[in-house]
Amino acid sequence: MTRYLVRRLLGTVPVFLLITLLVFLLLHAAPGDPAALLLSDATSEADVIEARQRWGLDQPLHIQYWKFLAAAVTGDLGKSFRLAQPVSELIAVRLPATIELATFSILIAVTLAIPLGVWAGAKPNSWVDNLGTSFGLFGISMPNFWLGIMLILLLAGSFHILPSAGRSTYGIAGSQETGFYLLENALQGNWPAVKDALMYMAMPAFALGANMIGILMRVTRSSVLEVMHEEYVVTARAKGVAEQGVLWRHVLSNALIPIITVVGLELGTLLSGSIIVETVFAWPGMGSLLITGVTSRDYPLIMGLVLMYTVAFVTINLVIDALYGIIDPRIRY
Amino acid sequence: MESLTQESATSRSPAAPDTGRHNGLAWLRPWMRVKVYVGGFIVMILVVVGIVGPLIAPHNPNAQQLRLTLQAPQWFGSSHFLGTDNLGRDVLSRIIYGARVSLLVALAVVVISGCVGVTLGAVSGYFGGKVDFAIQKLVEVMWAFPPLLLAIAILAFLGQGLFNLILALVAQRWIQYCRVVRGQALSLRTRDFVTATRALGASDSAIIWRHILPNLIQISMVIGTFAMASAIISEASLSFLGLGVPPDIPTWGTMLADGRIYISTAWWLALFPGLCIFFTVLGINLLGDALRDILDPRLKRAGSSI
Repeated sequence: MTRYLVRRLLGTVPVFLLITLLVFLLLHAAPGDPAALLLSDATSEADVIEARQRWGLDQPLHIQYWKFLAAAVTGDLGKSFRLAQPVSELIAVRLPATIELATFSILIAVTLAIPLGVWAGAKPNSWVDNLGTSFGLFGISMPNFWLGIMLILLLAGSFHILPSAGRSTYGIAGSQETGFYLLENALQGNWPAVKDALMYMAMPAFALGANMIGILMRVTRSSVLEVMHEEYVVTARAKGVAEQGVLWRHVLSNALIPIITVVGLELGTLLSGSIIVETVFAWPGMGSLLITGVTSRDYPLIMGLVLMYTVAFVTINLVIDALYGIIDPRIRY
Repeated sequence: MESLTQESATSRSPAAPDTGRHNGLAWLRPWMRVKVYVGGFIVMILVVVGIVGPLIAPHNPNAQQLRLTLQAPQWFGSSHFLGTDNLGRDVLSRIIYGARVSLLVALAVVVISGCVGVTLGAVSGYFGGKVDFAIQKLVEVMWAFPPLLLAIAILAFLGQGLFNLILALVAQRWIQYCRVVRGQALSLRTRDFVTATRALGASDSAIIWRHILPNLIQISMVIGTFAMASAIISEASLSFLGLGVPPDIPTWGTMLADGRIYISTAWWLALFPGLCIFFTVLGINLLGDALRDILDPRLKRAGSSI
């Protein structure tokens, strides 16, 4: 197992190199001179040349790439063109918001989809199954940003139950030192602030998770359906295990592998979905930062964020691979 | 159990496939028939609207009537059934024209990704060795990006435009075809009919064209249907973020982006384009589900995550 993981870990190194190269080449395929774009029209030729020097844009491509790579390894992703702050600092400030939102979405998706899927799979073609399957199909077909807008329209616009944008109400929010508002305030027992954070999180987290609910439900259903007819399930029933026990202990634990695989795959969709959902709800995370960067053509910021997302995605997949062995002892590497 | 015995019974009687074909969809389970009808109906409407759009649209989608901005939908007494937007443009006409763009972009993306993916997958699986290694490395790198992120990066760096949009959407979508087709090609190349053809002196390209590719058509159709649905959502998402087609072409995604700004005053701007995206994707997904079950029940799990 350890050997397998080390091998996988080493295997990601060339992938990362190729990713950085690809992103770097994309940057340089961009039309126009970034220095000229960023400075206003009124600046002189000399200013542009000076700016090109300052940002290292006047050097040959392979040297620029090498410098970028060498710096990136040490966590230095360059300086934002527009905001004149180190990219890594900008990301560090925004990262907790995205992690908190994504985690909460996954929690919603898993707690809703798995019981529904198990139920539907245990009683195929019943009303529960049909309802669940239709719900799953809706979840898959619903664009998350539109769901977000509709939620705002209904719950914030018409009924005024939830706030439409942002992360916390000014004045209520307790401590915000780490950036994980929910966790931080829950640990300190500051319940009004926790409630406040939850109110702000509810809509974006649901909009982001809806897609995953649909897919996860469908996969859980078909996976459970498959396991239901295995001999060990029949045996468990025959020896008198209660139906609930059969479902949760014997069926679900054996149906988990495809479910975990899909959760892993869907985390990528969740990450990219968060970019859009954050934009809809003005959620101060990495996604809205990326879109700000894109609209202002802030190349170092875009590069840093793209790398950050990709590293996260590759790491998640690695963790999922490791999980297989823990969940299913039959799997040997 | 019931369906199992039914299936085996029909497969045993020699006349079964024939009668099945003559009865249309009667041999499908009821729920599956609903899927085919509903999905087919939605897709048909979309195609018709896409083709005859300019004939049925009541207004020019870009004509601004600055005296009639943000008019609420009105069924009688106005020619703006679905209202007007912040520049006084007719929402219904923009939706009709938007169907065209969504359909064309998605179709182009699916066809191009299909050609690239199937070719690379077939070559990779059939030849194996270094070719396979190189193609699989490429798959691994492209797959390492979270979906849509690569598209955002491509559009951010290369700029907006129809061509770049299609390129950005194809960038990751060919991989699904490539993976599935490679697996199939791997198993096909050791089959007796391929060995026999090779023994008769057929060249590699002839074997791939004549014997491997025709066997991959069904599976590619299923992947293509789901890819179409996801391409429509991705196109709308990118347009929503302002990264899609240029602003003078109406699309459902850009309409939603406008709608979001006026959400507190004009609900119709965000509702109708979104409904269109939702029903279109739902229709295609329904058809894809049915198609997958009809053509290849084994794909059941693989397809759901596409």
